[in-house]
Amino acid sequence: MSSFLRRLAGIPWREIAGEARSRAFLFAQVLCAVHVVNAHVCSIALVRGPSMLPAMNLAGDVVVVDRVGARFGRVGPGDVVLLISPQNPRRMVSKRVLGMEGDTVTYLVNPGNSESSKTVVVPEGHVWVQGDNIYDSKDSREFGPVPYGLITGKIFCRVAKVT
Amino acid sequence: MAGRPSAPVWSSLRSCLSGALVGFTVTDRYASIITVRGASMIPTPGVKPGDCALVERLCLDRYDFSRGDVVVFRSPRDHENLVVQRLIALPGDWIQVPELQEIRQIPEGHCWVEGEHSASISWDSRSFGSIPLGLMYGRVTHIVWPPNRIGRVERKMPEGRTMQQWF
Repeated sequence: MSSFLRRLAGIPWREIAGEARSRAFLFAQVLCAVHVVNAHVCSIALVRGPSMLPAMNLAGDVVVVDRVGARFGRVGPGDVVLLISPQNPRRMVSKRVLGMEGDTVTYLVNPGNSESSKTVVVPEGHVWVQGDNIYDSKDSREFGPVPYGLITGKIFCRVAKVT
Repeated sequence: MAGRPSAPVWSSLRSCLSGALVGFTVTDRYASIITVRGASMIPTPGVKPGDCALVERLCLDRYDFSRGDVVVFRSPRDHENLVVQRLIALPGDWIQVPELQEIRQIPEGHCWVEGEHSASISWDSRSFGSIPLGLMYGRVTHIVWPPNRIGRVERKMPEGRTMQQWF
């Protein structure tokens, strides 16, 4: 018993604790770095669904999202953006920006069934977003122009295809 | 030609960088401090211009806001401006708007925010309607500066304005 205690006392607990602390700190730093890059520089997202056909796959695409341009307002008509859905804040959707504030946008109200179109002026601080596949997309035609603040990034390249 | 930076410079640079990384992460995910300015953030009951407020951001993970919270959100008119107001109604609630003399339902994923009575009508939902919850930046929990006003920011609800929907 006493030899066991002696061996226990011989273990360099202090060094082990110090080592563990520095390892844990390094790990936390790496996590923080990943978060900062992911939230403010660029990140990777999986985009799925029919609304952006044919630019994006039905089964899913892995895309790179540029977070810097959106933060500084460098988003223009024609860009594909990742935005927080106005109908459900926990969901991200990808759409194409068709009009910035002050622009006039004309769209088909019910494509496929009728020819009727509507023209709106995008209000201050808002953007008009629409899916490329106008027959199967929930976008500004349904919920109106969205505030620019909902845009979280600009999709600028596709890395891989999900098959 | 500049040589290799000496060891102390290098290590202090490294600790600065890691401190910045940790700081950014904490302000993004957990809590941050904002200064309430008069022009862009219209005072809400309990919050005055010039105050420093502690903003809890953890609630953004699940968007678990309550009616009566003082919240910070990006202005729907200008995404670079943060606005402090009181959250009055959540999705599905019916709200009575005396200024517009109507009762309306808050659509899915939206909320209704209001500032002080009639002073700031152009900055809240009475002028731009309900706003998407996605614009939320956080919830004001405490005032941290000036020292004589340090304290919690209470959750308060105006009486008889809303009819809540129970799920």
